[in-house]
Amino acid sequence: MTFAEIKATIEKQYPGSVLENEGLGDHQVELKGEQWIEIATYMKTDPTLCFDQLECITGVDTGEEGPLQSRYNLHSMEHRHKIEVVICHDRKNPKVASIEQLWRIGDWFERETYDMFGIVYEGHRDLRRILCPDDWEGWPLRKDYEGQESYHGIIVPKIKEEEGWE
Amino acid sequence: MGVLENNFKDNVIVASLDKLLGWARSTSPWYFQFGLACCAIEMMAAAASRHDLERIGMMPRSSPRQADVMIVAGTVTMKMALRVKKLYEQMADPKYVISMGSCATSGGPYWQHGYHVLKGVDLIVPVDVYIPGCPPRPESLIEGLLKLQEKIQTERPLTRKSV
Repeated sequence: MTFAEIKATIEKQYPGSVLENEGLGDHQVELKGEQWIEIATYMKTDPTLCFDQLECITGVDTGEEGPLQSRYNLHSMEHRHKIEVVICHDRKNPKVASIEQLWRIGDWFERETYDMFGIVYEGHRDLRRILCPDDWEGWPLRKDYEGQESYHGIIVPKIKEEEGWE
Repeated sequence: MGVLENNFKDNVIVASLDKLLGWARSTSPWYFQFGLACCAIEMMAAAASRHDLERIGMMPRSSPRQADVMIVAGTVTMKMALRVKKLYEQMADPKYVISMGSCATSGGPYWQHGYHVLKGVDLIVPVDVYIPGCPPRPESLIEGLLKLQEKIQTERPLTRKSV
């Protein structure tokens, strides 16, 4: 299936779920977050779509004005087609349904995105930090992230762009 | 520190014994076998047959209890820093630390934007020898180890007054 056909199939099954976004490139589609778990189940089980492989989940911070995004790279082994699903979140309360029990690989992907962006995947059975230590403060890959001043008594020297050591 | 320090007076026997101890300690400093990043590959290369660390008495030990030298080979993240400190505390005296490569020495390429990287392992443990390089070649590591051996040799555990 071509990308346009995949998009049309999802739109036909779940009217109003596909959103227009000019900023996206080829093979990227923005979906509504509310129905995501139903759409994901449909995308995996429908024989014409059959996205049986979740390649990656990542997050994107689009800046102070823009939303946080979760991005899912899906691939179909059977039909050899792929798509990138974009779901936008409110910056203050980023959350979306977890697909961890649908594609099992999503377990660690969602934990990593939670660790780096603070996006909460509701329904995930073990949602905790995966790379940073458990007592780490803040979400490191967000654009407004400020590093910690000290960690367990170890001082973290701050270095400014032009002035050198602070 | 231990029973050896500050318990003997200076005389010719003690001084000779002291030299013997320094020689014995310096010629077989067993190093703690753990690596944190790509510097560890160079450490493995130094230990392997071409450079062969065992010819200068360096033997890898997998337990901190049996090791004399800790080679901090690689980027020390904040998460790892606490573990490195704990491992150092578990080593028996006399113990030495080598900071291998620019990451362990100063944070290296992560010195400005690496929010998760410790900016130099000397912030948590005392370092004896710094080896520059990214990563240092095995020759550099051997040079650093020989410098450390010189340092150990000049220590006088019996007649030394301090510590």
